[in-house]
Amino acid sequence: MIGSLTHMQLQELWWLIAAVVGSLFLFLTFVQGGQTLLFTATKDEQEKALIINSIGTKWELTFTTLVLFGGALFAAFPLFYATSFGGAYWVWMLILFTFILQAVSFEYRKKPGNLLGARTYEIFLAINGSVGLILIGAAVATFFTGSRFTLNEYNQVTWQTQFHGLEAALNPFNLALGLLLAFLARILGALYLLNNIDYQPLNHRLRRAAWINFLWLLPFLLFVLVSLVTMDGFAVDGVTGVVAMEHGKYLNNLLAMPVVACLLVVGLLSVIYGVAAARFLDKRSGIWFGGLGTVLIGLSLFALAGYNHTAFYPSSADLQSSLTIYNASSSHYTLTVMTYVALAVPFVLAYIAYVWWQMDSKKLTLDELSGPEADKMY
Amino acid sequence: MPDYLATVDWARAQFALTALYHWIFVPLTLGLSFLCAFYESIYVKTGNEEWKKLTKFWMTLFGINFAIGVATGIIMEFEFGTNWSNYSWMVGDIFGAPLAVEGIFAFFIEATFFAVMFFGWNRVSKGFHLFSTWMVAVGSNLSALWILVANGWMQFPTGMAFNPDTARFEMQDIGAVILSPFAIGKFTHATSSGFVLAALFVIGISSLFLLQNRHQQMAKRSIAVAAVFGLLSSLFVGLTGDEAAYNVAHKQPMKLAAMEGLYVGQENAPVVAFGIVNSTKRPGDDTPAFYQEVKIPGLLSLLANREWNSYVPGINDLAFGNPARQIPGAAVRMANGKIAVAELVNYKAAKKSGDAPAAATALARFSQYQADLGYGHLTKAAEAAPPVATTFYSFHIMVVLGTLFPLLFLVVLFHTMKGTIEHQRCLNSINIFALFLGYIAGMAGWVVAEVGRQPWAIQDLLPVQVAATKLASGNVQTTFFLFLTLFTVLLIAEIRIMLKQITIGPEA
Ligand code: HDD
Ligand code: HEM
Ligand code: HEM
Repeated sequence: MIGSLTHMQLQELWWLIAAVVGSLFLFLTFVQGGQTLLFTATKDEQEKALIINSIGTKWELTFTTLVLFGGALFAAFPLFYATSFGGAYWVWMLILFTFILQAVSFEYRKKPGNLLGARTYEIFLAINGSVGLILIGAAVATFFTGSRFTLNEYNQVTWQTQFHGLEAALNPFNLALGLLLAFLARILGALYLLNNIDYQPLNHRLRRAAWINFLWLLPFLLFVLVSLVTMDGFAVDGVTGVVAMEHGKYLNNLLAMPVVACLLVVGLLSVIYGVAAARFLDKRSGIWFGGLGTVLIGLSLFALAGYNHTAFYPSSADLQSSLTIYNASSSHYTLTVMTYVALAVPFVLAYIAYVWWQMDSKKLTLDELSGPEADKMY
Repeated sequence: MPDYLATVDWARAQFALTALYHWIFVPLTLGLSFLCAFYESIYVKTGNEEWKKLTKFWMTLFGINFAIGVATGIIMEFEFGTNWSNYSWMVGDIFGAPLAVEGIFAFFIEATFFAVMFFGWNRVSKGFHLFSTWMVAVGSNLSALWILVANGWMQFPTGMAFNPDTARFEMQDIGAVILSPFAIGKFTHATSSGFVLAALFVIGISSLFLLQNRHQQMAKRSIAVAAVFGLLSSLFVGLTGDEAAYNVAHKQPMKLAAMEGLYVGQENAPVVAFGIVNSTKRPGDDTPAFYQEVKIPGLLSLLANREWNSYVPGINDLAFGNPARQIPGAAVRMANGKIAVAELVNYKAAKKSGDAPAAATALARFSQYQADLGYGHLTKAAEAAPPVATTFYSFHIMVVLGTLFPLLFLVVLFHTMKGTIEHQRCLNSINIFALFLGYIAGMAGWVVAEVGRQPWAIQDLLPVQVAATKLASGNVQTTFFLFLTLFTVLLIAEIRIMLKQITIGPEA
């Protein structure tokens, strides 16, 4: 079956797979959100310990999803990997730095002799949860606003500004999407912790945090949505492959792909319901609605950027250098092989879900932090 | 025009820095995960709480090491894009796949079961916990598999073809990539070297306990398992190392010549058991290769071809050619490579102007010379030789240590069986010291493999200067120092935390 797919079908399939991985990453940024809540939602060390140990069993999953997202893009769209990472150098480097900081901080924060002190590691976590996500958001936003690069006939990239990607953070749309991501992560973080921890005073504050961060999110969300449906976009001619600016391109994409429009609306409603359920309905399951909504919103954004004759990594400096899922992809053979490999993904998701369920069926409580196993806690 | 040559050097330095830092932590993960699994299996089998305590102690150290291993790994995943973007495009079709497969098949296993291993003692059943510990070990070693397949492919590119229209290499046979002798050789050798290191780690720290008269029982138990594991792994390391050298001899003869400082090819070629390299020697000149040397005749021929009397080409033969032995030499291959590069340009131009016959001729001539494509970018034949002194010394350090480790494990095992290990103060001191030697051996191995294949990013096809991103060197230089600072601070923190945990010991 897979062997008979055309190159074009495979390219579209792999954009979908990349979208799924990217969207799952957005859901899993509840870890990053939780890291920033460490500072704003807690009253004492005990509460901090609860939060750290709750997201502490999940941070690797988020991290690995990011790594897989990079690997999948490398394998399926190597020209994107080469162009974006090599060109928007500083954005990606700074993002990586924040993730390096994150990776050690959980383990080292409370260990005796940790050189920098618990507080520093907490600040590292906060940097990862804020700066890291804002930059990722800004980088993703360049799917819509474009970057200033040119490719020569050997597809070697030259960046046309010396800021190597940092300029992206100055565009209001990019910045707004970055902030949106950061606040969304805080909402998800609050909802996740609410569901995972059994401790009344903290739970109460987490419900409020979800709501307050939702209010913070709203202006950015509105700005992003309005911009998206009004902005010009990078359209690709289906026959010649020539790239041109099209008025209202992303609105046109929404209209041309009603499924995507549905995903977006359902996703937004689902997130809103998740927040409302936590704040007003006294429910603890908000994370599942928030998470599902986030995945749907993510999918719709990727679909808008890549499908329906759209350049997903456009160059504003030289329109014809823009990358599409067709000209940036791997060969037919590699995509076919990778598709066989991707058959394992549902199995991977299944065992992750099973282990998650095994580990989280019991809520985290203060008792557990001081029990006989406490020394093995973060 | 920014100075891209300086960029290449900084990018190389940065890759070496981040890779070597990654390799401080990775081998311990590879081996200690298995040792933890052994210890926990014994606990589950015997039900003896002492074994559980012991397992948890080593797991704590494992966790501290693991975190920074992950931190240094993420940068490597993205460094191909940031610093080697032309590389990423030209070979991404082949190289990207193992990296993605690694994510799907290996990293998620680690990430998922790691959480159970550390937080699951009270949350899942005993059996499921043991299963998780085993899965962490399997997952870690699977991640080594895929990245080493990728690295093996760079040493010996196979299973692909050049596509002139996209100007890149495209995969044709994944089986050939995965089952290449280099991939298998690298996987077996590098992972087992990790087992050796982990065994040295456990024995070293346990020996410290014995010297301090602390936790004697626990230390002896740890040593017993680690010494057996170490002995078997170290024998396997030697075996696979021999296999690696055999592969190198056939696919990267220049690297082999540099490993032994052999400038003039010969039959019955010797291994230099001990030598001081003449650092002013250049390919082609008449100065001696060594200031001092002790040779074992025939051993290199044996290593390279499994035959005492066989011929092994030297650096000069490979650089300047040796018609008598039918070795074309880099000089000739450069000429061929230049034709290939020029024909590729002709092909592109003809294609653009719609001149199909001209395009076909250019393509035909290109295919004739494409095996030497990479040589077209070199300017001097001597450039085809790697730095000899570095390659020579690293190889020799590794092999000497590789011969000593099995002996050490044997002695340790002997005294453990006799039950006298706690009285061997001298041996126990050596054991602590040997841990550092273990780290040195592994690092040296990578330096052989990577420095020895210079100037190639992809053997014979892509030299490093073409592979690098076109960035002003200041950018890469800055990130180099950022990484240096950050990783060094984190390494110091890691070592202090480790030492503190060792001081606290398994009682806590
Ligand atoms: C999958 C590929 C891969 C893997 C597993 C490694 N390397 Fe590598 N290495 C490269 C791919 C590569 C590279 C990107 O292709 C470089 C850059 C330029 C080059 O020739 O190869 C390189 C260069 C490079 C250099 C610079 C050599 C020179 O410029 O003279 C050193 C010292 C190392 N590496 C060391 C290591 C170490 C210690 C590794 C172990 C963790 C390692 N490499 C793993
Ligand atoms: C260029 C080469 C390499 C890249 C791109 C790379 C990438 C990575 C990444 C991204 C991680 C973190 C994964 C996570 O999310 O858990 C990681 C960890 C790991 N890598 Fe590498 N790696 C490289 C070289 C190697 C080599 C040569 C080996 C082994 C032979 C290896 C073995 C491991 C292991 C065992 C881990 C688990 C964590 C630990 O280090 O303790 N890696 N690597
Ligand atoms: C009897 C001894 C040994 C021999 C003959 C040997 C041989 C080799 C050779 C020829 C290479 C280069 C492979 C290449 O360039 O592709 C290599 C690489 C390497 N060696 Fe060894 N080695 C020995 C012992 C050791 C020991 C004791 C360690 C560490 C504890 C070690 C760790 C490594 C590592 C990490 C690499 C790089 C990965 C690879 O290329 O496989 N080796 N070895």
